[in-house]
Amino acid sequence: MNVLTDVTATDVTAEVLPAVVIALVQVVVFVALAPVLVGLIRQVRARIEGRRGAGVLQPWRDLRKLLAKNPVRAADSGWMLTAGPLALVVSSLVLVVLLPLVGTISVAALPSDLFVIVSVMLIGVVALALVGLDAGTAFGGMGSSRHMTVAALVEPTLLLSVYALSIPAGTSTLSRIVGSRLDDPGIIISPVSLLALVALIIAIMAETGRLPVDNPGTHLELTMLHEAMTLEASGRDLAWLEVGGWLKLAALLGLVANLAAPWGVATEFTVLGVLVGVGAIVVKVLLLGVLLSVGEVFLAKVRLFQVPELLAGSFALAFLAVTASYLVA
Amino acid sequence: MSAIDAGLIQAGLGLQLLLAVVAVAAALLVSPARRSLTVGVISAALAATGLATGIAALLGAPGSLSLDTVLPMDALTLSPDRLGGLFMAVVSAVGLIVCLFGMSSARGPAASRTAWAAMPVFLVGMQLVPAAADSVSFLLAWEIMTLGSTVLLLADHATRASVSSAGIWYSAMSQLSFFFILAGFAVLAAATGGTSFSAAGSLEPGSAAANLAFVLFILGFGGKAELVPLHVWVPRVLPEAPSHVSAAMSGAMVKIGVYGALLVCVRLLPEAPAWWGIVIMVLGGVSALYGILQASVASDLKVLLAYSTTENMGLIFLGLGASMLLRTSGATGAADAALVAAILLAVSHAAFKATLFLGAGAIIHSTGERNLDRLGGLGRRMPFTAAAFGIGAMGAAALPITSGFVAEWMLLQSLVNGGRLQGDASVAASVAMPLAVAVIALTAGLALLTFVKAYGIAFLARPRSAPASEARDVPGLMRLALGLGALTVLTLGLVPGPIAQAVAAAVPDGSGTVQVVGLAGVGVPGINAVLDPLLLTVLAAVVGIPVLVAMLVSARRHPARISELPWGGGGSRARPRMQYTATSYAEPLVRVFDDVLKPTRDVQVTHAGESRYLVERVTVQQSVSDVFETRFYRPVLQLVQRFGIAVRQIANGSIHRYLTYSFVAFLIVLIAVSL
Repeated sequence: MNVLTDVTATDVTAEVLPAVVIALVQVVVFVALAPVLVGLIRQVRARIEGRRGAGVLQPWRDLRKLLAKNPVRAADSGWMLTAGPLALVVSSLVLVVLLPLVGTISVAALPSDLFVIVSVMLIGVVALALVGLDAGTAFGGMGSSRHMTVAALVEPTLLLSVYALSIPAGTSTLSRIVGSRLDDPGIIISPVSLLALVALIIAIMAETGRLPVDNPGTHLELTMLHEAMTLEASGRDLAWLEVGGWLKLAALLGLVANLAAPWGVATEFTVLGVLVGVGAIVVKVLLLGVLLSVGEVFLAKVRLFQVPELLAGSFALAFLAVTASYLVA
Repeated sequence: MSAIDAGLIQAGLGLQLLLAVVAVAAALLVSPARRSLTVGVISAALAATGLATGIAALLGAPGSLSLDTVLPMDALTLSPDRLGGLFMAVVSAVGLIVCLFGMSSARGPAASRTAWAAMPVFLVGMQLVPAAADSVSFLLAWEIMTLGSTVLLLADHATRASVSSAGIWYSAMSQLSFFFILAGFAVLAAATGGTSFSAAGSLEPGSAAANLAFVLFILGFGGKAELVPLHVWVPRVLPEAPSHVSAAMSGAMVKIGVYGALLVCVRLLPEAPAWWGIVIMVLGGVSALYGILQASVASDLKVLLAYSTTENMGLIFLGLGASMLLRTSGATGAADAALVAAILLAVSHAAFKATLFLGAGAIIHSTGERNLDRLGGLGRRMPFTAAAFGIGAMGAAALPITSGFVAEWMLLQSLVNGGRLQGDASVAASVAMPLAVAVIALTAGLALLTFVKAYGIAFLARPRSAPASEARDVPGLMRLALGLGALTVLTLGLVPGPIAQAVAAAVPDGSGTVQVVGLAGVGVPGINAVLDPLLLTVLAAVVGIPVLVAMLVSARRHPARISELPWGGGGSRARPRMQYTATSYAEPLVRVFDDVLKPTRDVQVTHAGESRYLVERVTVQQSVSDVFETRFYRPVLQLVQRFGIAVRQIANGSIHRYLTYSFVAFLIVLIAVSL
């Protein structure tokens, strides 16, 4: 339980090796999975809307195409157009390493602390916003401004909902929260946990630019948030920005999956355990992707200035969850 | 050993006083051509001595300096304890980089004899307040500090009317603060019978005198620490002062307000009742939210930084209040952590805000502009300033590997753990903690937007005015100051362990609060949390290097093509005016928080000829004013003014009337004496 004694007392190699292997597996699995997830979401949506769709592997083909092209850059854009995508991808990769996706084993000195994770994610948010401003066009600035406004308003919901989830577990380390839910599944269907999960899902939808906050499929500039920022990016710049965004979506869906249904996640370091963990998280993430896609067919994007109302609603849910768990329980 | 240490503090304090006198004399005597350099060097030496004395006191060296006075009272005693030493070191460190910057940047009125004479006075005042061991020397040092800063602020009063107006606001608010603090000390002295700080401990907690003193102190120190609603001087004063002076005010002087509040809540009046904590939390929370909202919609870079100072001070007070509230409900571990977090926040704020104000000073030095709407593209023209400002902005936005992040992380951890680990959380704590987390989260989110706006609009994109397109990076000494500031922000963020430990040792019973774990990371056993930024950086590097290599390889195979117009929304991209500005960047936020900010909009449409449908020109003006100023201070001031006008009837210049007044007064005195 005590994190500090773990840091000093445990034999370092015996503790670090499993954590490193798990982290490596998570990175490999999620880098492979993220484009497939996005492909699946688009494909399911296309089928429901009566279109044929481009196939599940289309994002992979897009990436290959973009990486092999010479990027075209605006004359006034600077180093941010190069550094921004790198920062976004690194922030998403660190997210994938830290979150309990395949297994809950992590290095004690580097716990999956929820505040650290949110901050790492914010680095990606900031990088994308700065990329939007870099070229000096009206649309880039507009996207960046809206993106940051939404990010600022999402923050309270995000922190409070995970705060609520952390109360029954007695720690803000996500791997321990997932572990405690595995030990006592009754927590998952408690009203507090359900409220917090709903709030968290709304926050994540806003954070990753999905409906009803942003429409990832839009081609009308005035309604865009995320796409407006990447208008000036092309070739590999665009490819890395896309990869960063997809990885973030996959990682956060994986987090929601493991909070709502923690079964299958590896708590012990065995080959079988890790294999089961990989299988479980892939199935769970893809399933959530299908659900997301089906949900999005029936949702319309809300007006930008109604987004705060939606977020205020989810904030109220999260706040209720926290105070209820103190005062009622 | 201790004798040497004791001598060290005494010698340090003596040397500081001596250097201050020498610096003032140099400012008055040295010729204008060499003035900035000479006085700057002596002031920097003064700051460096203060830094050394402060660090010695922080590490626990005892020692004091007594100054006898001709007045019939105890000698003035300067004896910094660990906490005082910490704050002395912080203000001196800020003072050091400010002097380095000022040596090179001060021009015109800011380099005048008076301005340079005021700088060492201001510095030594700030250094001596945390060293004071009795209320008289505290108040004396406080007034020296206020005097020095007022003179520095007024440097440019002859050419700009806004400076004199700022000076009046500043003097009035400073004296209001001073009055409250004086009254607070008077209450303490009356109740305990002595001016020494050690005598104050005998005051019974929760007594009427303690409560009264607390309220007076919080009003006084809150005014200096820019808390809402006493912050009205901030958005006027900090932008109008020369930039290195704003850096010293926001980076250092405001911390003295924080020190005062800590002195009261930790040392003079410990064992606070719960409502004290709640009052401070509410003040802090409101200040944090209001400050960052105003900062996020500001287009003037220095106004933005000024309001952001209010925000940060709000967060510090929120942490202090939470610590007091948690202590009353028995959550000692979390309370200790919250207190250390609040002080860490103060230290890191000193580093990043000084860097940011100096960065703003560099921009003004190169372009003469501080309006973000007229800047842009400075990243390529002033790369060094851009890097330093960027690091400072990351600190202000509390992003990882900077000092701001460590402090905010610790504050959030202590709040989250406050109600949870120690069982019997009171109802007040279990509502206050989630609310505080929400306030910090929203503040952090808006701070992110604010500093993305400040950096993105000023340094990225294309120049929005001619001065911005002709900007050149600043000369060596200014770069040195900026670099030192940015380096401090990064150091505090990357190796926070030892620093947090030293801070923890500075508060009573706090030495076990923080441990150094891993690669100089922070471990807080009381709330079971660890953070190792250096390890996090290593991790980011490990996952980042393959991506970087892939990018470099592909950059060699497929070089970028530069195009004037890759995607211009129809080809009109050539005009920089079409870019988003700071004002438009904050527009969604102004709409969302319409009710709080109360912006005034004025839309004027000029029609072409007779037609209602053909528009020739549309002018839109929008301004956001400070609600507290327009709705609270203005009415009060108007009332006072009306009273003044009414009273003027009494003194109409007639000599007969004045003689009558004297006669009546004389009669009253005679009657009063004879009674």
